[in-house]
Amino acid sequence: MSSEILLQVEGLCARAAGNEILRGLDLTVRAGEVHAVMGPNGSGKSTLANVLAGRPGVEVTAGKVLYRGRNLVEMAPEERAREGIFLAFQYPVEIPGVTNLYFLKAAANAVRKHRGLEELDAMDFLSLARRKMKLVEMDEKMMSRAINEGFSGGEKKRNEVLQMAILEPVLSILDETDSGLDIDALGIVSRGVNSLRSAERSMIVITHYQRLLDHIVPDRVHVLAGGRIVRSGGKELALELEEQGYAWIEGGAGAA
Amino acid sequence: MSSADSLEHLATREYKWGFVTDIEADSVPPGLSEDVIRLISSRKGEPEWLLAWRLEAYRRWLTMPEPMWSTVRFPLIDYQSIVYYSAPKQKKKLESLDEVDPRLLETYEKLGIPLAEQKRLAGVAVDAVFDSVSVATTFREELSKKGILFCSFSDAVREHPDLVRKYLGSVVPYADNKHAALNSAVFSDGSFVYVPKGVRCPMELSTYFRINAANTGQFERTLIIADEGSYVSYLEGCTAPQRDENQLHAAVVELVALERAQIKYSTVQNWYPGDAEGRGGIYNFVTKRGKCLGRASKISWTQVETGSAITWKYPSCILVGDDSIGEFYSVALTANRQQADTGTKMIHIGKNTRSTVVSKGISTGHGQNTYRGQVRIQKGADGARNFSQCDSLLIGPECGAHTFPCLEVHNPTATVEHEATTSKIGEDQLFYCQQRGISAEDAVSMIVNGFCKQVLKELPMEFAVEAQKLLGVSLEGSVG
Repeated sequence: MSSEILLQVEGLCARAAGNEILRGLDLTVRAGEVHAVMGPNGSGKSTLANVLAGRPGVEVTAGKVLYRGRNLVEMAPEERAREGIFLAFQYPVEIPGVTNLYFLKAAANAVRKHRGLEELDAMDFLSLARRKMKLVEMDEKMMSRAINEGFSGGEKKRNEVLQMAILEPVLSILDETDSGLDIDALGIVSRGVNSLRSAERSMIVITHYQRLLDHIVPDRVHVLAGGRIVRSGGKELALELEEQGYAWIEGGAGAA
Repeated sequence: MSSADSLEHLATREYKWGFVTDIEADSVPPGLSEDVIRLISSRKGEPEWLLAWRLEAYRRWLTMPEPMWSTVRFPLIDYQSIVYYSAPKQKKKLESLDEVDPRLLETYEKLGIPLAEQKRLAGVAVDAVFDSVSVATTFREELSKKGILFCSFSDAVREHPDLVRKYLGSVVPYADNKHAALNSAVFSDGSFVYVPKGVRCPMELSTYFRINAANTGQFERTLIIADEGSYVSYLEGCTAPQRDENQLHAAVVELVALERAQIKYSTVQNWYPGDAEGRGGIYNFVTKRGKCLGRASKISWTQVETGSAITWKYPSCILVGDDSIGEFYSVALTANRQQADTGTKMIHIGKNTRSTVVSKGISTGHGQNTYRGQVRIQKGADGARNFSQCDSLLIGPECGAHTFPCLEVHNPTATVEHEATTSKIGEDQLFYCQQRGISAEDAVSMIVNGFCKQVLKELPMEFAVEAQKLLGVSLEGSVG
């Protein structure tokens, strides 16, 4: 493929909580591509997501991360978000007393303002939100509830995809969005995500399980182990992993 | 800008509107003595009984120790250095808004205050078209048609001496505490409200609509009487910063609700909190208390306290009448070196009396926030019920929150519930908002407003919107 390079990660090393987690990670994502990142626990999948989103406490010690040609590491988290990077959280955060609707409108308008678009008023935003809620089959009542407060695991994940649909990001990172979902919820979430796929929009889908990739079919699959990508391939690589586990990969990585 | 940095900024926010001191006062020399009190009373042309009451209060004050039981810490007050009387209307009027501190104007802008109102607050002479007095006159006419009395305390002493004499000190006796005794001895002026039987006051009353409202001074006295079956909502303060020259404020507010009467008293306090080191700033020592005297009466206090170096106030309800209701909703925000010790007392005397307490304390910087509350169910208060909820929110590692609830139950049929939580604005919450494109500053403001929602919704609509903005402005750091 020869579409524009959206994200280029080279030799990335990063520490979190004093531990070296990423040790020379390379990854190139072009516009329109969906990349799956798989790997055993502790291999650095979430750290990669956090580096890209700019979570405080995760420190880049070497390597470079270019997003649309810009040095991502120097950008504040909110600037990255406004520039189109979206992280669907593995554990969405509760904010008591702040309604989902209010939060989403503030977020949408922060992003719109940055892109030079007019801010939406309450009525316009509500109709936008209603349209997008259909994508994830979410009840309108959820909008007047406090963000993620008392939401079930499935509701939280759907809420993440709803936010993604509203903010229309350029690069979405889905951090184990499938964990804790039953098969129905998995279907709903996947349909929501798939409806956002386009030639301009790219995704990094972090998961433990091949089953998500039956729903969201990736262009590339990467295996992360020991803080590096040790194997890349097409979607059939996920099937291979499903059958054989990670042990053979890790062994290979150690020898490499 | 990382979340940790922005917390740092919030913790060191500055009072954005500077501090203006340009009074030319016709005042008595500093110091307190019986002579000074006689002078105050005679300048105000007061009747003999009121002077006698002031003097009794003064003599009692001399014998009273400083209240030392609260957690607030400050150097002892030098009472002899304070000027206790300055004639009203001494503020030098500025010619135009151009002379006003631009930071002050910036704040007004953020709070969305109309131009005419900005001028009034900043002490600019208001031109004829926007003369607030003419607005006030219209309101006064409407009120007088309904028989509602709303005037300065001094006017009330002259025009309605019987009502004042009957109720003055009936809720907060001068011997109640040292600050209340001082106020009783030297109070300069304040507001008086009487709502006759069965009258529902058609508007929110605030000092804005009262003639001679300017410069009521540091020892303010408010008395509100709601007669049988009446209703009144009273707004105190303003979300906008006002000029203030006095360090010590010792106000007294007394509310009296007769049978089936309802009083709703809302306060937004935004006085100068002092600088980052805690220098300067207002000592706000207020005694506020309401008496639900009649059956099925109701008194509701709502307060948003963001200003002052020290806030020491416990708006309380004495539930005398059977089936009467007391409510207290409070938000107190302390930043820098601010200290707040606030809460309420709910004294249940009548049968089936009910009270609700919701307190939200927010601390940032080195701010210290204390909730101190007492719920007392007297022997005869069969079926009394209380619900108290005290939540604290901490922003940053240097601040503190303290909760001292005191429950005294002397009747076995009473139901008393108390809930308390303490939480921190987590970096997780901030990061979540930032990841959605919201700046750290807006995120903190959003999280704090969410935390306070239960209280803010008790404020009259317009006031609530202003209060919400004020919390945002008060939390603002120097980000960006």
